[in-house]
Amino acid sequence: MKILITIHKDEVAPRFDLTSEILITETEGEKITGEPRIILLPGTSGEDICGLAIKENISLVICGGIEDTHYQYLKWKKIKVVDGVIGPYQQALNSAVTNHLKPGVILPGAGISGEQSR
Amino acid sequence: MVKKKKRASFQANAPLLSQLDLISLLDSMTLGVLFMDPARRVIAINRFLEALTGYNREEVVGVHGENVIRSNLLSKGDPVGKALESDETMTLEGNIINQSRKKNPIRFTITPLKLTTGKKAGVMILLEDISLLKDLDNKIHGFSGQERIIGNSRKMHEIFELLPITARTDASVLITGETGTGKDLVAEAIHKASKRSRYPFIKINCGALPESLLESELFGHIRGAFTGADKDKPGMFRLAHGGTLFLTEIGDLSLPLQVKILTVLDDKEFFPVGGSKKVSVDVRIITATNRDLGELVKLGEFREDLYYRLNVLRLHLPPLREREDDFRLLLDHFFLEFKTNLHKKIKGFSADCLKVLSFYSYPGNVRELRNIVEYAVNVCPNETIRPEHLPKTLLTMGQALTPSASHSEVTSMAENESMSDNPAKTTSSAILSPGGWGQVEKNMILKALTKTGGNRSRAAELLGWSRSKLWRKIKHHALE
Repeated sequence: MKILITIHKDEVAPRFDLTSEILITETEGEKITGEPRIILLPGTSGEDICGLAIKENISLVICGGIEDTHYQYLKWKKIKVVDGVIGPYQQALNSAVTNHLKPGVILPGAGISGEQSR
Repeated sequence: MVKKKKRASFQANAPLLSQLDLISLLDSMTLGVLFMDPARRVIAINRFLEALTGYNREEVVGVHGENVIRSNLLSKGDPVGKALESDETMTLEGNIINQSRKKNPIRFTITPLKLTTGKKAGVMILLEDISLLKDLDNKIHGFSGQERIIGNSRKMHEIFELLPITARTDASVLITGETGTGKDLVAEAIHKASKRSRYPFIKINCGALPESLLESELFGHIRGAFTGADKDKPGMFRLAHGGTLFLTEIGDLSLPLQVKILTVLDDKEFFPVGGSKKVSVDVRIITATNRDLGELVKLGEFREDLYYRLNVLRLHLPPLREREDDFRLLLDHFFLEFKTNLHKKIKGFSADCLKVLSFYSYPGNVRELRNIVEYAVNVCPNETIRPEHLPKTLLTMGQALTPSASHSEVTSMAENESMSDNPAKTTSSAILSPGGWGQVEKNMILKALTKTGGNRSRAAELLGWSRSKLWRKIKHHALE
């Protein structure tokens, strides 16, 4: 399974459409295979991330707040979206691999890195 | 004595204030409230913010505030960071995405929090849901205000394409065009579509006031600055702070005031009349004129440096006679508007009346057309507007013009170098043409063909038309 996470520093980015950094990784069963790729986007656009997700054959998108238009579009393209996730992206990825990640979850590590937003 | 008493009573109540249940108080507010510590983690949110974001207050305490409100504040230059570093409260518009994946327009007010000891304690963000206001604004004015400007001609489409671009920047805009072409509407549309839309849009007619009065109107004055100045006056620049100042008839501005305007544009600060303390303002300037500023510069009546400073973005509004596709559109629009407002049962215009209207040259442009329709709808007692219901001046002007005037105009236009750069010249040509737009157009074609030695491709280029359009028009006017 190919996973895309919108990230901001060490956390899942608060907004899908304003994300400038994404992480793409592949999993097999409950294991992460290969080295995750972090891509810096030239600008911020929800449409561009949707396009990238299709181009990269992504199966699961993990993100923070996402507009319904983008959410429905990804769903229509048969891409599963777990949105509203708050917390470190590594924790989100680990939970997703074990199929425990739920939409709107606030992960235990959320808020620990005090300077996240700066 | 009274002040001392008030202070004593306030101090007596201070313990009461410290014992107030702050959260219950905030819960009664119809604004979202978010308290964050200096590390931007949530200390508390009120009930309204719970509804706005979809989060319970218990679950978000300690979480980064940005993850809770999911705003676009970071992309607006991180105002929260700025508030944490300074003591300034700032207000700006943006949006948030809630748990239901809905994007809501929000007005944010960000205030730094300080303890009584002076130590910084974080920030408070007030979130005002402005969806309803935006909806209402859309209904009243349309999204950009552009909907009030009617036009379907190519030249108006060019203007419509430029409007959003001019609205996105803070650069000065110079709107040119003959009287009645809609310069004021365009200026207002730019303001409404810009990020300054929630701040004032103030219009000043530079030609309407004497110099001394205009200076005081623009820059304000201090009490005692001159006879009759019995109190301080803020002036339009200060009143328009954050918004847009629209200076119409800028060509009529005196040279000393031009210098002062130039200084404000450069330094963003000025001295009020009689004042010794500089005032800083953040104002966008939009100017308009029906005069040829370039010509005024040559004559030494307008400062060249100010001209270039104002002429950063330029919009030239076409006269009605150059908006051939718009005449009927505007006529129907104004007819419906006045018919509805005046509760008249008029069905329309007679063929004769339409002929008179379409042959008139409209030196007063859209404003004049509007006034003519208003007059006709008011005067018409039955179901059809006929020529006798039109203003008498319109009919007499048509009769007064003789074909010879038209002929001499063709000759003079052919000799003229400029096509339409000088609004004053085009206006006079329009007035002198008894055939209205049709004659003006014919003259324009003749002039272009004369200028290019009969080369149709170059003539089409000069007129801003395609070759096929020129060919069509030549056929139409039987100029072959």
